Amino acid sequence: METPLFTYTLRLADNALVLGHRLSEWCGHGPMLEEDLALANMALDLIGQARNLYTHAGAIEGKGRSEDDLAYLRDCPDWRNILLVERPRGDFAFTILRQFLYAAFMHPYFERLAASKDETLAAIAAKSVKEMAYHLRHSAEWVIRLGDGTGESAARLKEALEDLWPFTGEMFEVDAVERALIEAGIAVDPAAIRPAWDATIDHVFGEALLARPRDGWMQTGGRRGEHSEHLGHLLTDLQFLQRTYPGATW
Amino acid sequence: MGEVAAFPPEAGDAELAAAHAAAAAVCDPEVPVLTIEDLGVLRAVTRGEAGIEVTITPTYSGCPAMDLIAMQVDLALEKAGISRRTVRLSLSPAWTTDWMSEAGKEKLRAYGIAPPVGKARGRAALFGVEAVACPHCGSAETERVSEFGSTACKAHWRCLSCREPFDYFKCI
Repeated sequence: METPLFTYTLRLADNALVLGHRLSEWCGHGPMLEEDLALANMALDLIGQARNLYTHAGAIEGKGRSEDDLAYLRDCPDWRNILLVERPRGDFAFTILRQFLYAAFMHPYFERLAASKDETLAAIAAKSVKEMAYHLRHSAEWVIRLGDGTGESAARLKEALEDLWPFTGEMFEVDAVERALIEAGIAVDPAAIRPAWDATIDHVFGEALLARPRDGWMQTGGRRGEHSEHLGHLLTDLQFLQRTYPGATW
Repeated sequence: MGEVAAFPPEAGDAELAAAHAAAAAVCDPEVPVLTIEDLGVLRAVTRGEAGIEVTITPTYSGCPAMDLIAMQVDLALEKAGISRRTVRLSLSPAWTTDWMSEAGKEKLRAYGIAPPVGKARGRAALFGVEAVACPHCGSAETERVSEFGSTACKAHWRCLSCREPFDYFKCI
């Protein structure tokens, strides 16, 4: 039986690791050297955040599971990440737009989580918010450059937005697990993030000459363990070594 | 230094003083001209129930140097003859470049890395326009090439006067 705090911490950790893995897939394939380094750096930040969160989740659970056990030895239905982060990396416009959407939400989110009554979550958030500020600035600059760039770059960005927008609703979901933690001053109420999110999206999309889609029907399920087939493929790569050589160390 | 630092150690505790000296001399594996004390990564050296306790904090969540630094601190204490010891990783308060010593900043510059400019106080420092002086020729005519550089803690810049590229230690 999972406790609410374990589930909540795992959701944050899984978001960070899955998105970090998607970014790491660009290593050696970036459109230019500087961007290759930037994507790898952002991946490193996210994987670092995930490590801290998994370690905390393991301690909350109290069954002796380590960060590695949680990352490498769980199957798809046990993953709690939002569907946005497991979408395949796509082209550069898709990757950078997803990074922007995630950072536009997580930056103000971590700002608030830094005041959590859970001291470890607060400490991890206070550290992570500094990193997300860089991700937000960097990805926003690219969204503007691509949107207000060539016909080709604008078209690709628009196509990415049409694909990604229905996955943004899940970031704002609150279920019973989280509601109790919000009331206890441990979790962040995503409704409180909405004004900052709207302001960032509207400002950057305005500069990027990108029309903001309407909030229509939104994808859901990842936080409950209902995933697309993409997560399974990602995990075969992420978990290959520990699944093939259990307990391998170096 | 920040609020958790326990320096200097209590007078009269020679082992604690030796432990502090040994830990403070450990160098950062990525920027070997800086000690972990210069960087502000070394947060405290105290005496607890399990002997000497050294507390370090990561610069970035994903800093790959942390495991190595912890190992090197452990080794340095072993060499200093301290057998009862632990190395502890602390996340709070979050590391900031404000903890970097002035001597550390000068060492960085001499090594060819522009030290962090200004104070890390929230979004203003992050989003403001930075004027970074070239560590090679001192010119203020520089431009940012990329927000991200050779390690998580650095950005990639270029000098428009001497034309040399250089790393800038990001202010966070």
